[in-house]
Amino acid sequence: MTDLLDPHALAAETPPRREPPAPFRDVTRSGAAFRAFLHGLPGVDQVGAEARTAVLGTRSIKTTAKAWAIDTAIAMVDLTTLEGADTPGKVRSLAAKAKQPDPTDPATPQVAAVCVYGDLAGIAREALAGTGIHVAAVATAFPSGRASRAVKLADVQDAVANGADEIDMVIDRGAFLAGRYLDVYDEIAAVKEACGDAHLKVILETGELVTLDNVRRASWLAMLAGGDFIKTSTGKISPAATLPVCLVMLEAVRDFRAATGRQVGVKPAGGIRTTKDAIKHLVLINETVGPDWLSPDWFRFGASSLLNDLLLQRQKLRTGHYSGPDHVTVD
Amino acid sequence: MSSDRLAVRKTYKLYVNGAFPRSESGRTYEVTDAKGHFLANAALASRKDARDAVVAARAAFPKWSGATAYNRGQVLYRVAEVMEGRHVQFCEEVAAGEGLSSGKARAAVDAAIDRWVWYAGWTDKLASVLGGANPVAGPYFDFSVPEPTGVVAVLAPQRSSLLGLVSVLAPVLAGGNTAVVVTSKERPLPAVTLGEVLATSDVPAGVVNLLTGDAEEIGPWLAEHDDVDAVDLTGAPARRAMELERLAAGSIKRVLRPPAEEPDWTADPGLARMTPFLETKTVWHPMGV
Repeated sequence: MTDLLDPHALAAETPPRREPPAPFRDVTRSGAAFRAFLHGLPGVDQVGAEARTAVLGTRSIKTTAKAWAIDTAIAMVDLTTLEGADTPGKVRSLAAKAKQPDPTDPATPQVAAVCVYGDLAGIAREALAGTGIHVAAVATAFPSGRASRAVKLADVQDAVANGADEIDMVIDRGAFLAGRYLDVYDEIAAVKEACGDAHLKVILETGELVTLDNVRRASWLAMLAGGDFIKTSTGKISPAATLPVCLVMLEAVRDFRAATGRQVGVKPAGGIRTTKDAIKHLVLINETVGPDWLSPDWFRFGASSLLNDLLLQRQKLRTGHYSGPDHVTVD
Repeated sequence: MSSDRLAVRKTYKLYVNGAFPRSESGRTYEVTDAKGHFLANAALASRKDARDAVVAARAAFPKWSGATAYNRGQVLYRVAEVMEGRHVQFCEEVAAGEGLSSGKARAAVDAAIDRWVWYAGWTDKLASVLGGANPVAGPYFDFSVPEPTGVVAVLAPQRSSLLGLVSVLAPVLAGGNTAVVVTSKERPLPAVTLGEVLATSDVPAGVVNLLTGDAEEIGPWLAEHDDVDAVDLTGAPARRAMELERLAAGSIKRVLRPPAEEPDWTADPGLARMTPFLETKTVWHPMGV
């Protein structure tokens, strides 16, 4: 590993830049060209985005539609624990919950993935063996992303070696905000390379990108560089996932698929705590990109407390009376 | 000057989690005085308002039950102080709603404030009166202490709009419980004002939640709610009381049954309204040698 940490070791053999998909092959030919492309994307009408999401948020989803939405949302959850105090025992209990979210009702669907720090990916992999539940690991010096590229790549390789089949990377927001877009692009491409077969989710940390225009640019940048998912936030910064941000990202994946034919998933994370929030997101997907994205393969919720609220609402629909926090597990 | 001044009319809202929301359902209903004249449009709470109120009451429980009994007494006394400042307003609302003369309304409000002070004084005396050291046949210190039950849903009396309300709410709070109250349907205005009093005294948000509306509609949802620990059925319609008690059994709630008819609230209440919402914890401790 020591040679990988030596900055000169990599610099000596810089690989050729990964090409973006057609018809955008030439946009990364130079820093200026890439900048011109990203800044040439249509501007986002922030007031319009907020109004649109506010209107969609008033949709009333009841009875059978609500039951379907709750089960769909549960199946989309990336059950997450990203604390300094995480232990193997906590990850195992989280894995048990992922397999059977509500022990009182075996019909409850499994969640999509368990999301942990890279060093605990092996524990999660072992606990989830044979279930079809994915193991996601955060990497690249999560959550700040402040480390050299060699360290970030080593972080990714370590997580993959431990058994993660999904990697949640953070972009270098400092480089992005400074306008060094090609640096960010190269880094995502290099991480994608290091992932091998693992799915790559690119965390934009929209709370630090300030404007919705930047969110659109970062989304396109991440998709061009090869990200399989774009994800709003680390969950460590507030504001995290908001509906307008999610709208802009959904429009980006829709437009990207229309242009290149490649479908990219979206994962809002952080700040989604209630069933109502989750259902608002499902409505937003259906109205923005259509049902193609209404599946755990293309849409995920990064959440920890959301699952309990979904389970409480599910119990309410099943039993006909309100449930309470004593009837779900404490994580 | 009064004739050409535009009237400033009040919007009567719920009191949930320290704030004054409208009903989630958007519904309101007309409140009339005892003679049937229009008084106000009050919010008609729905089951979802009740659900939100229970969440708020549950969240407020650790802090309120964890406060020292002495501190709870101080906070409750402060409520009585603020009620005193609203004395005139309470008198007008009680007189209009219950059709009382101003003298009788004044007596009812005085009694309500005195009742609140009386319960405030009980907070740090309950443990001595209801608990204590138990003589046991072994080398142990053995203590019993009363602890609050948890979140209590209170269906407040339908007739006595302030004295009755205070007489059912204050004992729940004195023991350290948090409360979700469905007020008198026909006479909700003193309860709305009490909410304003609570919001401006030192009672933490969520400890008391006041829902103006129909106990017959909301009662079953609260009785069946898994996160409510006890129900006081005082204001429940007599013919529904049995059903509510049956619903409450599913989650093994404490149930305070309704009296055959609304009692005379001016009588000395004793401890009868506090003890149903207290659990006795007994601790055994080896004496050593």
